[in-house]
Amino acid sequence: MTSTPGWAVPTDGTTPLLPEHGPKVRRFTTAERWVHRTTAWLTLLCVATAAFLYVPQLAELVGRRHLVVTVHEWSGLLIPVPLLAGLVSRALRADLSRLNRFGPHDRQWLRAALRRDRTPGSRPAGKFNAGQKLYAGWIAGAVLVMLGTGLLMWFTGLAPLVWRTGATFVHDWLALAIGIVLAGHMAKALADPEARRGMRTGSVERPWARSEHPLWREPEE
Amino acid sequence: MTDGRGCSNGRVNSPPPDEGGAPVGRRLVLTMLGLGAAGVAAAPVLQRALENGLGAVADKDPTGLTGLLPNGGGFRYYSVTTSVPERTAADYRLTVDGMVDRPATYTLASLKALPQTRMVRDVQCVTGWRVPETPFEGVRLSALLDAAGVRPGAKAIRFTCFDGAYSESLTLDQARRPDVLVATRMQDKPLAHSHGGPVRLYVAPMYFYKSAKWLSGITVTDSVRPGYWEELGYDVDAWVGRSNGRDDAPTA
Repeated sequence: MTSTPGWAVPTDGTTPLLPEHGPKVRRFTTAERWVHRTTAWLTLLCVATAAFLYVPQLAELVGRRHLVVTVHEWSGLLIPVPLLAGLVSRALRADLSRLNRFGPHDRQWLRAALRRDRTPGSRPAGKFNAGQKLYAGWIAGAVLVMLGTGLLMWFTGLAPLVWRTGATFVHDWLALAIGIVLAGHMAKALADPEARRGMRTGSVERPWARSEHPLWREPEE
Repeated sequence: MTDGRGCSNGRVNSPPPDEGGAPVGRRLVLTMLGLGAAGVAAAPVLQRALENGLGAVADKDPTGLTGLLPNGGGFRYYSVTTSVPERTAADYRLTVDGMVDRPATYTLASLKALPQTRMVRDVQCVTGWRVPETPFEGVRLSALLDAAGVRPGAKAIRFTCFDGAYSESLTLDQARRPDVLVATRMQDKPLAHSHGGPVRLYVAPMYFYKSAKWLSGITVTDSVRPGYWEELGYDVDAWVGRSNGRDDAPTA
């Protein structure tokens, strides 16, 4: 069986699947970008109001506790809505499925990331790398836990007191973890202008896609 | 399929390399949900362990950062208005009026000239935090009521605050309890602005929202008028452990 470079599916991540020449690569559809944008703003609003409720110095700065609580509750409740609405988009569903599935190359990527190994070809990735996949799954689960515990605290008649105290405990500590993880998510974006351009304009430069996501197959239009 | 025809069909027809594999994302979501539920269930045990550990660290923490961690201990600042004016000994006034024979206005100095009572009890907030063994010092509310001469038919007290929005209420019987103070000192220091200074109400046996900060008015009324948070659903009779659907240990 013969093999032509750039034709058989590479498993070592050294031969990019995207052809070298061509226009920019389409990465996200308009619907996907709007889902990301609205989710991001709702999340920032929710995190900011959380800080103003929780950090004494900030609470002293703004006061107006009843208003801040209301904004926090509603922004938090609405965070899953853009993604749920976006499920009508086939492209978004396809990307969710890509984020869900872990192949052998993802394990290789994670091992290289843990070793801080940046040599070319050491971190094979499809359209999403293993770090992005882990982040997506973790934050989706975390948001659902925050939603559940938040609702228990909001509607005090829902459950007995001991549940409410437990929900407060989980909500507080998970909020701290989410704050750290979100800071990491934004730091990664800040460090990679082309990744940001992909989310802002929908398209990325071909060389970037070939080096960062060698196993990414050109989308069929 | 990969027979060397040199076109790209082979690639299009083979299984996409980044779409197969184990559903790790879904497992991660379900794991988070499981951990969240386990955290809610195990919270009483975890919380006690953390409070002990963090309390020990917080005692030796010069940066104060541990105070920002959940269950780091200490008071939380809650205000219902955008900003609260500062009042000092020079311009602070407390009025006592309504159904009384002798309405009065007190300065900070005239409050301090009256007999002082010091009490050390736990403070319990209705949102869950508790600060143990906190000293409060001030004039018994009953002393101010006696000095004003409450008229027959009076049933309750309405408290107003110089933040311009907050209000509270007590029945006359509750207000006459010996553990209800018009406090000018807290933690053996003059009451700071962020703690409701220079003068706040201190209702030892009730949830802390009854202890109105920045107290400026005491009005004797013929019926209970619910206060700020009570209009928003909190219990008017806010006994610690017996109201607001909570079962905290009583503070008095």
